[in-house]
Amino acid sequence: MSKFKSLVTAVAAVGFMASTAAHAGATLDAVKKKGFVQCGVSTGLPGFSNPDEKGNWVGIDVDVCKGIAAAVLGDASKVKYVPLNAKERFTALQSGEVDVLSRNTTWTLTRDASLGLNFAGVTYYDGQGFLVSKDLGVSSAKELDGAAVCIQAGTTTELNLADYFRQNGMKYQPVVFDTSDQTVKGFEAGRCDVLTSDQSQLYALRLKLSNPSKAVILPEVISKEPLGPVVRQGDDEWFNIVKWSLFAQINAEEMGVTSANVDKMKSSNNPNIQRLLGTAGEMGKLLGLSNDWAYNIIKQVGNYGEMFERNVGQGSALKIQRGLNALWTQGGIQYAPPLR
Amino acid sequence: MQSSPQPQVKPRKTGKWWNDPKIRGIFYQVLAALAVAGFLWYITNNALTNMEKRGITTGFDFLSQPAGFGILQSLIDYTEADTYGRTFLVGLLNTVLVSVVGIFFATILGFIMGIARLSHNWLISKIATAYVEIFRNVPLLLQIFFWYFAVLQALPGARNSIEIGGSAFLSVRGLYIPRPVTEDGFGWVIAAFIAAIVLVIAYVKWDHKRQQETGQILPVFWPSVAMLIGLPLIVYWLAGSPMHWDYPELKRFNFAGGIRIIPEFMALLVALVIYTGTYIAETVRSGIEAISHGQTEAALALGLNNSQRLRLIIVPQAMRVIIPPLTNQYLNLTKNSSLATAIGYPDLVSVFAGTTLNQTGQAVEIILMTMAVYLTLSLTTSAFMNWYNKRIALVER
Amino acid sequence: MTTFTPKPDLPPPPNTVGVVGWVRANLFNSVPNIIMTFVGLYVIWLAAYWIIDWGILKADFVGDKASDCSREGACWVFIQAWFDRFIYGFFPDEEIWRVNVVFVLAGILLAALIIEAVPHKGKIALFSLIGFPIIAFFLLHGGWFGLETVETEKWGGLMLTLVLAVVGIVASFPIGIAFALGRRSNMPIIRSISIVYIEFWRGVPLITVLFMASVMLPLFMTEGTDLNKLIRAMIGITLFQGAYMAEVVRGGLQAIPKGQYEAADALGLSYWQKMGLIILPQALKLMIPGIVNTFIALFKDTSLVLIIGLFDLLSIVQSALTNPDWPGFATEGYLFAGFVFWTFCFGMSRYSQRLEAKLNTSHR
Repeated sequence: MSKFKSLVTAVAAVGFMASTAAHAGATLDAVKKKGFVQCGVSTGLPGFSNPDEKGNWVGIDVDVCKGIAAAVLGDASKVKYVPLNAKERFTALQSGEVDVLSRNTTWTLTRDASLGLNFAGVTYYDGQGFLVSKDLGVSSAKELDGAAVCIQAGTTTELNLADYFRQNGMKYQPVVFDTSDQTVKGFEAGRCDVLTSDQSQLYALRLKLSNPSKAVILPEVISKEPLGPVVRQGDDEWFNIVKWSLFAQINAEEMGVTSANVDKMKSSNNPNIQRLLGTAGEMGKLLGLSNDWAYNIIKQVGNYGEMFERNVGQGSALKIQRGLNALWTQGGIQYAPPLR
Repeated sequence: MQSSPQPQVKPRKTGKWWNDPKIRGIFYQVLAALAVAGFLWYITNNALTNMEKRGITTGFDFLSQPAGFGILQSLIDYTEADTYGRTFLVGLLNTVLVSVVGIFFATILGFIMGIARLSHNWLISKIATAYVEIFRNVPLLLQIFFWYFAVLQALPGARNSIEIGGSAFLSVRGLYIPRPVTEDGFGWVIAAFIAAIVLVIAYVKWDHKRQQETGQILPVFWPSVAMLIGLPLIVYWLAGSPMHWDYPELKRFNFAGGIRIIPEFMALLVALVIYTGTYIAETVRSGIEAISHGQTEAALALGLNNSQRLRLIIVPQAMRVIIPPLTNQYLNLTKNSSLATAIGYPDLVSVFAGTTLNQTGQAVEIILMTMAVYLTLSLTTSAFMNWYNKRIALVER
Repeated sequence: MTTFTPKPDLPPPPNTVGVVGWVRANLFNSVPNIIMTFVGLYVIWLAAYWIIDWGILKADFVGDKASDCSREGACWVFIQAWFDRFIYGFFPDEEIWRVNVVFVLAGILLAALIIEAVPHKGKIALFSLIGFPIIAFFLLHGGWFGLETVETEKWGGLMLTLVLAVVGIVASFPIGIAFALGRRSNMPIIRSISIVYIEFWRGVPLITVLFMASVMLPLFMTEGTDLNKLIRAMIGITLFQGAYMAEVVRGGLQAIPKGQYEAADALGLSYWQKMGLIILPQALKLMIPGIVNTFIALFKDTSLVLIIGLFDLLSIVQSALTNPDWPGFATEGYLFAGFVFWTFCFGMSRYSQRLEAKLNTSHR
């Protein structure tokens, strides 16, 4: 094996010298040239990214992509969505098939360090939970010894689950499915006793049951799951753009700028708002964008709060509370660095 | 073509080296070799550059890192703390398991159906034809889905399992059957079984010799069966029944104990057997049809009955025609077992090229390893087949 | 005078002729046969009863939502409601006519090729192989002549299945010829390369090839080359199919008597003249059944693209089955998809059998 490795390294060294180093702004230039942002989304998860009956993609992850398109191209509709399952999402990003992966992906050290990825922020603070059928009479995850558990293949949930059961000295049978839809079907058919996933997803998936009131979500949250958009390493300019288009939305909520009042706010004399909307300073230029980048995001997509309520909050079928995802000023942990 | 009086053919210019087919041949070959080498270099170079640039880890170090995920079915001990290398082994063994069991049943089904297609009973031959034509022309993946999602997921839950004979249970969780647990002294039973095999071989040899000398035929099949089953049974009873059964029991969530056959395995197996069975049936049919009718008539003239004719005359000759395509079908079944990933049966592709790939992100190494496994399997099988074919051909006169 | 009037022959005993005789001879001629006949009849009875009772008598045919079905029998409403998606994928409704035009055109060409009375077979074949794919691409993809562009992400259903299968077979043909000739060449390096290529692809399952195409192919390209998912799948399928095609072509080449090769050599033809003018035209005819059989296999195999996330017929059916508004229609969905696949495959295999029989007689 070591022989192979040294060979690989040698060949790699030759290869690396032969190839021209890509310059930093490659993704931005490419996006501007082709005129749309290629965005990796899930194959269908209500509230996060899901095609509606007309085939349009909606959800909080989809809105993040729209925000990026609005910032870069000035038009939130210039997004091409590539539905990816959990297995192929990272390869698609690594290989350049998508410019940004916005697909309820958990930020972890290994993904940062060994997959060549950069997480650009957190759109949703989540945690893994359990969904069980009511008539099992289970009230705590600690009672699940010996249960069959439905999970989606290739997710961090698979690892958390193994850790949790091992920690508590319990046994389980993992029943693995390719898509979250199949997981629900398996759960409903009785193939497993428990369905585990991020809590936000559990609420979404419960809606897909034929009788949602027959299933309960257990109180335990067994992991931290910060979900956010991901970009490739090695292109810091693009990384900044993705990062700051999300921060702009969070800052906008904090400043009270919404899609409804953004035009009026343009004449605000609050210097923070002026900087955000590009009426003062050159914030957009620094990112390699036009100065009205954030104005476009807020006008066309809305601020973080609007995005949340519309897709997963009170304005949606999921009715998830803000909880951790409220702004830091309101008891949550959503906090964006200052725009200056 | 109209032929006009042929003008005198110009003598070929000789001496020009580029017209020499030998040199030309070498030139073309060098060109081809260079093109292939260049192409390989190009893609390797690109892959390595791309991976380097994107910060993807390379190499096979990941194989010794802990995997950290559970696997539904494993033939060897496996826990979450084991390595990715072990997940490879677990997946490989699961692939082997479903392939071997699948080959066994597909062969039986295929032979029955292939012979049934040639049956003189019109109804039976038509049913066999319908079976072949229906299941051969529907994609395997669809059949797997059908068995898994439409049939097995419609079974009752664990609490309302269908009871079979009071000790086996069928539910959406799979089939639970009692597991034999051996005790001290079971070795004697195994020894008796081995002895029975030896005895049967000796008996058959003696019978052959006797037939050569006297022309009398003694029954072979039933005495052999009697010996193979009877002898171990007697020893089992003498040794004081050194075995008991571990029955599955309904626990809080699920059955525990016994042998668990997961529904993913059943669905995959049923689909593979039915699908491959159609091809084997066709192979068997054409093999038998390839035997000239004269052989049948000669057998009839010798006064052989139906089963003797089939067993002694037709099948041995047909086997020579059947075996090469049959091996091909076995290989296809093994390769097709990779569709397991679609329903989550933990085979090589599902566990290793699926979950492990996703957790480590090292696509190139993992896909190449997976391909190498199947390739090795195919190449060794075809090498074995070539050897077998040669051996069989020698018997021919 | 008495004349001899021959009496007419007695008819054969009534239980050896007609329906009764046939039944006795074919179904009830021995005890095991009688048992088998009854078992067979029982099997048929079970199947027929289920099909008629579940599929027709208790089934629901009218409606547009899941609640229109009583659920005692089949719910064909499900198929009706999703029919357009199953056939056309996510193709925009107002552009579906373009797919239909392609279907009709393909049907006409196919009929022209199969029906023997139609003249100019060669020209039609050439057009179907070269002209038709180009026309079909422009029609389906659009972006020219005022047609709206329909991105390949929206392609799906039966249409995508057919596109994949046709592209796979047409594109793999030249690859197949090249490697078949290479494998029969007497230059050792060329022969080895061909053998390695053919045995490699034939030794691995298609699913790993598709995985490779979907996750590894982008790494093999120089930076910035962007191939979409559909094209990558097509490349994978073509490379894979090329190896199988090569074996079909090789079979055809081997069936040509050696005298033909020697005659061509004796005429002083070069290698390419010999192959192009003498051997291949003859071998091609012999290959057609093999090609059709490969095509059937490929047509069934295209369903595997589901695993890399393309929405072919099976994949769309599968996703419709997980739609929360339509729970529990797995049997109907799979039967429909199975029936569509079966119709195509069975039709083609019948055609190939007929062709084989025809070719056989002409050669003996």
